[in-house]
Amino acid sequence: MEVLLVSLLNGLVYGMLLFMLASGLTLIFSMMGVLNFAHASVYMLGAYFAYDISRHVGFWPALVLAPVLCGAVGALIEMYGLRRVHRNGHIAELLFTFGLAFIIDKAVQMAWGLLPVAYRVPAVLDRPLFTIYGTNFHAYRGFMLLISALMFCAIWLMLTRTRLGLVIQAALTHPEMVGALGHNVPRVFTTVFAGGSALAGLAGVIGGNYLVTEPSMAFTMGPIVFVVVVFGGLGSLAGCFIASLIMGFVQTFAVVFDVSLANVLALVGIKVTEASWFGEVLTIPLPRIGALLPYVMLVLILLFKPRGLMGTRDT
Amino acid sequence: MFNRLTWSAVAFALTLSLTSGVDLARAQGTIKIAYTDPLSGPFAQVGDQNLQQFKYIIDWINARGGALGRKFELVAFDNKSQPSDALLALKSATDQNMPIIMQCSGSNIAAALIEAVDKHNERNPDNRIVYINCGAVATELTNEKCSYWHFRMDAHVGMKAETMVRALPKDVTKVYLLNQDYLFGQSVQRDVKAFLAKLRPDVKVVGDELIPLGKVKDFSPYTTKIKASGAQAVLTGNWGPDMTLLIKAGMDSGLDVRYYTMYAHLGGGATAIGPGGNGKVRSIMAFHENIAVETGKTDTEGWTKQFRSTHNFDFYAAGFRTIFEFIQAAMNKAKSSDPAKFAQALEGLTITDMLGHQVTMRKDDHQILSEYFVGVFTKGVKYDSEGTGLGWKTEVTVPAKDLDQPNTCKMKRPA
Repeated sequence: MEVLLVSLLNGLVYGMLLFMLASGLTLIFSMMGVLNFAHASVYMLGAYFAYDISRHVGFWPALVLAPVLCGAVGALIEMYGLRRVHRNGHIAELLFTFGLAFIIDKAVQMAWGLLPVAYRVPAVLDRPLFTIYGTNFHAYRGFMLLISALMFCAIWLMLTRTRLGLVIQAALTHPEMVGALGHNVPRVFTTVFAGGSALAGLAGVIGGNYLVTEPSMAFTMGPIVFVVVVFGGLGSLAGCFIASLIMGFVQTFAVVFDVSLANVLALVGIKVTEASWFGEVLTIPLPRIGALLPYVMLVLILLFKPRGLMGTRDT
Repeated sequence: MFNRLTWSAVAFALTLSLTSGVDLARAQGTIKIAYTDPLSGPFAQVGDQNLQQFKYIIDWINARGGALGRKFELVAFDNKSQPSDALLALKSATDQNMPIIMQCSGSNIAAALIEAVDKHNERNPDNRIVYINCGAVATELTNEKCSYWHFRMDAHVGMKAETMVRALPKDVTKVYLLNQDYLFGQSVQRDVKAFLAKLRPDVKVVGDELIPLGKVKDFSPYTTKIKASGAQAVLTGNWGPDMTLLIKAGMDSGLDVRYYTMYAHLGGGATAIGPGGNGKVRSIMAFHENIAVETGKTDTEGWTKQFRSTHNFDFYAAGFRTIFEFIQAAMNKAKSSDPAKFAQALEGLTITDMLGHQVTMRKDDHQILSEYFVGVFTKGVKYDSEGTGLGWKTEVTVPAKDLDQPNTCKMKRPA
């Protein structure tokens, strides 16, 4: 019970962190059809910006300024890069962001060095919020939950309840019509890309000091975010939200449940040891392969429900 | 036509000057040492820090006369953590007649190098090369895979595991093992368990876990498990984010355990762990800056202090200085930079390292024997790490003779 409850909390926090990162990507992906490989790199940029800003003026201004900076970077990428590449189709866009990811990673290494930087949780949040069965729940984790929940609501309201949201949604399916009605469609796309990048930046500000801010953080966070977006389904913020939580819980509980396929087979009366056929594979405990489960789920959902959990259209 | 003629003349002249330059260098120029490690890619920081420390050491040893009246020169090759690129580096090194190749990171690369160096030396008796291993620690490299041309200048996993077990205080009776799921992590797991059974039968292993290398972002579930197991100490060979994230998650949740690590003292570790790690994190190491203070070695203290003033991370590679002192001593003893001659001189050689301890290159398997330390990351030390206000303090010193583990090497010596 104790472990179960603490693990639920752990899974929730990790899932929400994933959501923060994935929401920007799903926004860009579903609005523009661009699978943005550089998304995790912008997340890293956000963390490094926040580190530099927080050194001078503190964490709270950084919480606002770093995402704004990342948004500006995103806007520049869209206006001077993607827009030109867009004419050559989606594959060109994908390859463009792929190359961009490497360039940003290298630039970060050159600007901030190869070692981790001392980007720390602000002192006011660096304490236990409450204690559950002797395990502290860190105040910063509560803050992360709060920010990601706010983020979800804000994006949701923006897309469904504002004029801008409606224009964005319309520009997706009928760009010519929206243009004919007098809206500046390219600017809509720039706004979306900048917005998505700002969200990645925000995730970087929050995640950078919760985890460790170092040059490989983009590289290690990138793949799992793609899994979340594809699993959740294209064009669905709710799907992305649910997929993030699922991934968070799956990875958390995979660590806690020390079972293997052999244990499952034992339930139906089949005894497996390391010496029997496929014994090596069957006796691998779940925690050892837990981190791979999201990828297994990715493959399965593409096979059986290609649109993802709540996707509204094909990839 | 004229153009082509001129160009070939220029090219010819260039080749001539280049080759004569090489000949000159071989006769009386620098002693070139090839160094290959990842200098780009996700593990670039390892190679980069090693390189900076090597440069500092080489400047120092050259100022003290180098070897045979010649200066050392380090030539770096990026191997991107790939064995194939390391072999290309070896090829360039032998093409340029370099007597030594060094490599520190990755036992899989080390295994490939040992094999390639063996083959090369057998086929080219007039152009041999010695492989100095400065940190690939898989135990088998000086056991089953041992080679006459390979000298390991770092304690291997078995020795580090023994140091870790010897450092466990009497009141710790429940430990949790957590390692990365690949060759190195698995051998740490195996060796720590073996030494626990041998030296501390009273200690119970309450958890034994392998995690996928570099894949886990959130370690709080592991923290929950460790807490539930009632462990007093976590023993881990993890490095990089797999280590720092584990410790950070534990600190956030208020987990009260001691962490015994192998690599927390390397560059970036102190920054990533931060002040919250006070008194909780221990590392198995060959050196830290405060040892010189604790043992009153003022010359060594001054030496690391100078490094500190020009670099943004701690000097941790005392072993690298020992390497160059070994090379210097062996070449001077053999009166030659010919690998066939100084390799023989290096076998069984004993020198005094920068902390004043006797260090031996064991003859039967070419494994270095030196003392090892367990330091705790704490406040109130003279030299802190990376501006965190905390630094390393020696808790346990294991003398070299205690780490003189048996080996299974059957060395083939050249006739």
